[in-house]
Amino acid sequence: MLGAGGRAPAGGWRTATVREVDRPTPRTVRLRLEVPDRIDHLAGQHYVVRLTAEDGYRAQRSYSLASSPGDPLVELLVERLDDGEVSSYLADVVEPGDELEVRGPIGGWFVWEGDAPALLVGGGTGVVPFVAMARTAAELGRPELLRVAVSTRTRAELPYLAELEAAGAVVQTTREASGIRPAGRLTAADLVPLWEPGQDVYVCGSTPFAESATRVLTGLGVPESAIRVERFGPSG
Amino acid sequence: MREAGVRHREANDERTTTVTGPTRGFLGRRRERDPRLPPGQYDAGKDWPVLTAEPTPRISPETWSITVDGRVEHPTTWDWDEAHALPRAEYRGDIHCVTTWSKFGTWFAGISVDTLLEAARPTAEAHFVMATSKTGYTTNLPLADVTGGKAWVVWEYEGGPLPIEHGGPVRLLVPHLYFWKSAKWVTRLTLMERDQPGFWEQNGYHDRGDPWLEQRYQGD
Repeated sequence: MLGAGGRAPAGGWRTATVREVDRPTPRTVRLRLEVPDRIDHLAGQHYVVRLTAEDGYRAQRSYSLASSPGDPLVELLVERLDDGEVSSYLADVVEPGDELEVRGPIGGWFVWEGDAPALLVGGGTGVVPFVAMARTAAELGRPELLRVAVSTRTRAELPYLAELEAAGAVVQTTREASGIRPAGRLTAADLVPLWEPGQDVYVCGSTPFAESATRVLTGLGVPESAIRVERFGPSG
Repeated sequence: MREAGVRHREANDERTTTVTGPTRGFLGRRRERDPRLPPGQYDAGKDWPVLTAEPTPRISPETWSITVDGRVEHPTTWDWDEAHALPRAEYRGDIHCVTTWSKFGTWFAGISVDTLLEAARPTAEAHFVMATSKTGYTTNLPLADVTGGKAWVVWEYEGGPLPIEHGGPVRLLVPHLYFWKSAKWVTRLTLMERDQPGFWEQNGYHDRGDPWLEQRYQGD
């Protein structure tokens, strides 16, 4: 049964200052922002970025946070979509010192509060909220609470690859062989060793990935009521 | 249409050290803004993104039913065949998701919520509706937002069966509000005397969700 996070904080608009910009993979940009009067978020929450053109035209998009609540900066990971008017601006134009209007944190459902065992199943840039969760678990000294499985086209295309592997993530590649494993999706065999009754399960990625992953999970006997899903639609 | 900049200025009046106005170097792609587009939305074109919080349930028409209960004189349940025997109603127009995509010129068919309410007869105390899905998803609406030809229970999209990922076999359709109000896999409409928050409404989203007023989150 779907319920409410209840304790999830929500913040208003702020003018953030971009402090760091880098490109972990060819198609992504990582922005680290200083947000004045910030309201601490929970791992899994997102921020909205709003851009305003000279003539007042505005566009806004939501991005998951990769940073933990304890990080002095807020970290967003943006995938650059070829026809994305917001993501291409963030990837191609933004530099340190720029100001961006942001609003957050937002979302009270897809959050991990740091006190319950959880299985995290991410596809592509869907790993971003799981980075926030892994960093939070490390800060709390409770890394054993989290099990992580990740699917990516290739290892080179996965942001936070090293960090996720250091947190124990199983990484499956769909477009290249990896070790003795041929290319392919995450399967029941990948998830069986990670699943334990009582875990909350978080699935995040594209719609096809989320559908495939939830089917594998429910096939293993994971109750649907234990699964929280965040799907990424195209929203450039 | 509310000017979103009012809130923007208010927010920044509290922080005199920050700069308001245009974002450096942002041009935006669409110079001609389609008048069908509410503030802060973009045209998703042919795409229809899927956004749900739970696994997609597999519901067969044989096991689906819709119930109208709560503050009504005649709590009523219709199964698949009974619902299909009601007068057919269609919606042709636009839909708007809080995640900022809009989709123009959609075509849904099913029945009007008015038809269900005529049979169940809301009492004088009924002022709000809670829509509940097979998954346990809930969303709340003022009764006035689902009466008078503004809301449908639909099973057809573009002339074919409503796809499961978009709420098939049957979803609620309240297209003048953000689309989280159009509960997928709907099975129950409960009339209420007082408002209660549904799933996203408990999780930081606006109680009503009018896209033309940009009521996305609590406090908008």
